[in-house]
Amino acid sequence: MTAPIASDIHAQLTVIEPRGRLRLLDLREIWSFRELLWMLARRDIKVRYKETVLGALWAILRPTLTMLIFSVVFGRLARLPSDGVPYPVFVFAGLLPWMFFAQAVSSAAASVLGAGSLITRVYFPRLIVPLASVGVALVDLLVALLLLVPLMLWYGIVPGSSLLAVPLMIVVALVVALGVGIAFAAISVVFRDFRHIEPFAVQIWMFATPVIYPASMIPEQWRWLAYLNPVAGVVEGFRACWLGLPLDWTGVAASLWLGMLILIGAVLYFERVERRFADLI
Amino acid sequence: MTYAIKVEGVSKEYRIGAQHRPGELLMDQLGGALRHPLQTLRRAFVRDDDQRFWALKDLDFEVQQGDVLGVVGRNGAGKSTLLKILSRITDPTQGRALVRGRMASLLEVGTGFHPELSGRENIFLNATILGMRRREIERKFDEIVAFSGVERFLDTPVKHYSSGMYVRLSFAVAAHVDADILLVDEVLAVGDTQFQKRCLGKMGEVAKGGRTVLFVSHNLTALRNLCTQGLYLEDGRLSLHGPVSDVLGKYTSHGTRTRGAVDLAPSSVPAATSLAVIRRASVQPQADAEVARISTGTPFEIGVTVEVLQPGADIGVFLTCRNEQGDAVFSTGSFFEASLNGLRLASGLHQFRCDVPAPLLNDGEYTLDVFLVHDRKNVLVTETSLLSFRVEAGALNVDGWHWRPVGVIRPDIHWQHAQAIPIGANRCEV
Repeated sequence: MTAPIASDIHAQLTVIEPRGRLRLLDLREIWSFRELLWMLARRDIKVRYKETVLGALWAILRPTLTMLIFSVVFGRLARLPSDGVPYPVFVFAGLLPWMFFAQAVSSAAASVLGAGSLITRVYFPRLIVPLASVGVALVDLLVALLLLVPLMLWYGIVPGSSLLAVPLMIVVALVVALGVGIAFAAISVVFRDFRHIEPFAVQIWMFATPVIYPASMIPEQWRWLAYLNPVAGVVEGFRACWLGLPLDWTGVAASLWLGMLILIGAVLYFERVERRFADLI
Repeated sequence: MTYAIKVEGVSKEYRIGAQHRPGELLMDQLGGALRHPLQTLRRAFVRDDDQRFWALKDLDFEVQQGDVLGVVGRNGAGKSTLLKILSRITDPTQGRALVRGRMASLLEVGTGFHPELSGRENIFLNATILGMRRREIERKFDEIVAFSGVERFLDTPVKHYSSGMYVRLSFAVAAHVDADILLVDEVLAVGDTQFQKRCLGKMGEVAKGGRTVLFVSHNLTALRNLCTQGLYLEDGRLSLHGPVSDVLGKYTSHGTRTRGAVDLAPSSVPAATSLAVIRRASVQPQADAEVARISTGTPFEIGVTVEVLQPGADIGVFLTCRNEQGDAVFSTGSFFEASLNGLRLASGLHQFRCDVPAPLLNDGEYTLDVFLVHDRKNVLVTETSLLSFRVEAGALNVDGWHWRPVGVIRPDIHWQHAQAIPIGANRCEV
């Protein structure tokens, strides 16, 4: 039979021994499994856009319907301020990063339990599973952006040069979502009731985030408290980029640093409980 | 010769009850921490040792490159745990194992198959999961497809596949992973005969190709024919490692009295309100069979001793015999017997006995669930897997057929042959 390829990760001597409680992330190993990461993400995306009749339309429909309801409830009835922008466009531009975050966190949280049959049968760095699970949310976000542009034009808002910062905002949102998602994924395996708590927690979280209201509504001296929520700054920043509102870099920076801290902590926790996954699932 | 696998003092500890209570409850932990802060703190540092057992204990052995090692042992002896440790699915608790070269495991076929995706997409997905590179998959794609025999349905979602096609495709992928070491856990009992033959050929090819194979199976005939070395695990410990014939010899001589008889202590008697309890249950070859072991040709008897606590109760015994997969092979009840139906029993010990004819069961491991039934409808006592026993391969060993005949049962089926009249040339072929 063919000899193993020299570049192959399994080719040399593997030492299997008990892992310590604190294990550092082996980035090289994750990298060597990048094809698996890609395949798993692609599988989820393919399945999502294949099995529903509405297909890609669903990714647009969900935020659109939510936007319509919120516009009536919070815009018309509650008359929440919207930084001088028409409320529907304001809430839509906030919903997109929020929905990306919520969807990414939920799918990451469920991902490890959902991949039980893989985890109990094949070896690979388990971190691949939550990493791959955010792919669908990312694609959904990009698809939903296709509606944001016509909506803005309809209300006569022309995006400016601040649009250039959008990719950065998406990266920050991704960091935060991965951090929270990976932490939730590990907690869901260790504590079985967490998956019932998680959807509720995410729902509450939305109201703590300036999605339906602008951060400017919060009194200046308390705004730092709002920015302790790592999603707050990036949602606000994302919206500001699109709608040409003044960009609060403090909030974005807070999101990025908090997100990185959470991500590091989450990965450490994940790696610590990872060795028990196959026995727990 | 160098080693392919070296296992040094490997042990694996599991917590009992973990299967029933996978994971803890966050609410319990938080609530507990609030109510008993000191206790929680103590628990964090002190381990409770009583709830643990060793699935593997101090395993030491070496597998040389090119060895085909058959791993035997009864259910729960640690075979699967060993493979899981070697394939890095779970970590050992102590000790270490060294593995030289690339390893692939066929612990279960079809890992990661997604029903909504087509056969083609699943080949790529599954092969990636099993550790193949994209280029490698592309290179072998045609070979995999040809091996599986599902060419025409490549672009159909696998949810529309028959179970046979599904298994064939997944095995085809697994069989084409290039590895220096292959771990196989009884995946070959699948598919139709023709496909089995092909799998057999593939296994032989692997074994002859100088690759190292670890083969876990209950199929002694297959083990004897394919393996050079054997490893016998008993209760998580290494019982024997050596030439396969020695290992199988020891295994079969030990293999029979697997909980062939169980006495239930009177202390297990439940509340005073109970009508009857099981006191003893046993499986043994029938007296006139002059062997101590049960093989496919040996009739055997199952005996259940019942203590009736309340006189006049209509007590019956019901049995369900299950195979390794947990499928019920047969069930029988004492009250199926007309003369025992509606029997009013005096208090005290009663012996129920039934004879199981042979040949009936295929070779393999079986467990018995024993029930006590009142008035032919109310189950009083349920003892699942109370007994287990092994039916050994009988005389069937046709030249060239070294697989256990597929099937839950293995009755004696007789064949005849005669010269046939030519099938009518004047009739239409269907």
